[in-house]
Amino acid sequence: MIGWLADEWRGSAKFPDAQCANAFIMSPILGIFDAYYKTACYKPSCYKPSYHKSAYHKPAYHKASCHPAIPLKTLMIPTDPALTICARGLSRRFGTHIAVKALDLDVRRGEVLGLLGPNGAGKTTTMQMLTGNLAPSAGEIRICDIDLLEKPTQAKARIGYLPETPPLYRELNVREYLDLAARLHRVPKAGRAAAVASAMARCGLTDTGRKLIGTLSKGYQQRVGIAQAIVHEPDVIILDEPTVGLDPNQILDIRALIRELGSKHSVILSTHILPEVEAVCDRVQIMHHGEVVFSNTIAGLRDLQRGRTVTISLHRPPDIHALRAIAGVAGVEAAGEGRFNIQFAPDSDPSEALVATAGANDWGLYQLTPAHSSLEDVFVQLTRQVEPS
Amino acid sequence: MIFTIAGKELRTLFTSPLAWLVLTVVQVVLGYGFLKRLDDFLQVQSQLAQMASPPGITELVAAPTYATAAAMLLFAVPLLAMRMIAEERRNQTLTLLLSAPVSMSEIVLGKFAGLMSFLLIIVLLVLAMPLLLMTGTRLDFGLLAGLTLALLLLAASFSAVGLYASSLTAQPMAAALLGFGMLLAMLFMGETAGDSLRARGWQVPAAFAQVFSPLKNFEPLGRGIIDSYAIACSLLLTAAFLILAIRRLDGRRLRG
Repeated sequence: MIGWLADEWRGSAKFPDAQCANAFIMSPILGIFDAYYKTACYKPSCYKPSYHKSAYHKPAYHKASCHPAIPLKTLMIPTDPALTICARGLSRRFGTHIAVKALDLDVRRGEVLGLLGPNGAGKTTTMQMLTGNLAPSAGEIRICDIDLLEKPTQAKARIGYLPETPPLYRELNVREYLDLAARLHRVPKAGRAAAVASAMARCGLTDTGRKLIGTLSKGYQQRVGIAQAIVHEPDVIILDEPTVGLDPNQILDIRALIRELGSKHSVILSTHILPEVEAVCDRVQIMHHGEVVFSNTIAGLRDLQRGRTVTISLHRPPDIHALRAIAGVAGVEAAGEGRFNIQFAPDSDPSEALVATAGANDWGLYQLTPAHSSLEDVFVQLTRQVEPS
Repeated sequence: MIFTIAGKELRTLFTSPLAWLVLTVVQVVLGYGFLKRLDDFLQVQSQLAQMASPPGITELVAAPTYATAAAMLLFAVPLLAMRMIAEERRNQTLTLLLSAPVSMSEIVLGKFAGLMSFLLIIVLLVLAMPLLLMTGTRLDFGLLAGLTLALLLLAASFSAVGLYASSLTAQPMAAALLGFGMLLAMLFMGETAGDSLRARGWQVPAAFAQVFSPLKNFEPLGRGIIDSYAIACSLLLTAAFLILAIRRLDGRRLRG
């Protein structure tokens, strides 16, 4: 309890004007509760992941992070100051069902990470763990080098979270609600009004400040949800499907906002919409059955997949062998009505040769399009391929 | 943080019709009861004057009003408490508090403080009625203070039980019924168990049973006796159920 009091004292020293009186009066009372509560609940055996549980001894789990022989502290957590979120060996079970398996995740400042995956892949569970809403069964999370499980209060102050269902009090108006969110996130009294005003301006809510949240449309409610997540200028912003239920214009607005947020903060967002990831994210991780099956930067993805396949449409198609003969073409597949899907050999781009040959032989080339977005290719391939047999 | 959460609870409580309805119904019922008792008192006043040490107006009018108020709280508190956790969980707004840099103890204590400040309004309205009699007669202020303290302690233990019931389920109606059921069970069982244990001469279990008997702890103070054991029991019951509620909410985070 004395340790707790000291913690509280230090905490209040950090926010001198607002928290001092509160901490002073409430410390003894809270101390009693927290002292009890720590001995009862925060015991390492119950708070820290249980490595020795037999469910984790399946072969797939023999990663360093989950191995019983290696204590948690010896895990190599990089201490890069730009690293805002760092999760290692994150796992979560619900009974016998394993929702997330040994997930590693790093996000740097100024980076937008897209978390992709089919329904039930474990994206929401991962986000709940990263925001301290759900305790992981195993693993470690550090937010700006603060252990989320050991110092939840300090770590949570640096996170803004928009859950799948925005946590809105319908009976408050927008300004009251954002003021409450700012208070809860310990924004000092002096800067609170400015913080609320700036969050409202960034989310396009300036004219709706006095409206009750319950009367707003879905799109505006979503904006209030995002405003709530950024009002305390967190280092890490976690958005669970932020553009669901919005009209196309609002989606563009929100994407622009996320890009802007991503320049100063770290953003993790989950989504089903693949073009959204390509438009907004710097990096993408695809989850499937609770595991990360793909992780790459968007730029890397483009390089990797640049022009892999194209579809060409010809008015006067030649014999298919004539197409195969072009240098750099790995395979050709006729799709009927003069259309062909052309696969390129690795590290080559015969588009130009294709166009030149078509012109020289008067094939009547009128269309040349990349067959799929590269991300879609990867997504479909990975999430179908890893299907359990 | 506790005050922030308490303020938010109070504010959202007053934006719903439920809070106003509770205040209205409680006040109408208590007002009627109070006037009826006052009327009865005025009728028997001349006979009382012939007794050696007649009971005063505080004892005959104020005390029964407080007892009625205690019974009204039994219905009102579970209804008010169901909003606090169960409804927030159903509407998924609890995430705002859980993601904020606030400990689980602060969340539960904040909600408890919010509920208690609302109940304080009811207690003050109850207190206002006997105080009105000051214009015409002399009151027993010691007894009145005891009654008010007893009602506050009762409100605190009811609130703690109500909040715990509210943390058990995400269905507000189920939470209200559960809280009401738990309170009723405690009233009956605490009463009879305590009596039968004492009748068998088992003093320690009987004393233990008194912790879970809020009305039994209400009685001595309601008669103007400062019984420190009864006060300690009330506080113990309150703290026990608040800790249970905290543990329950934290268990949801740990076990999902």
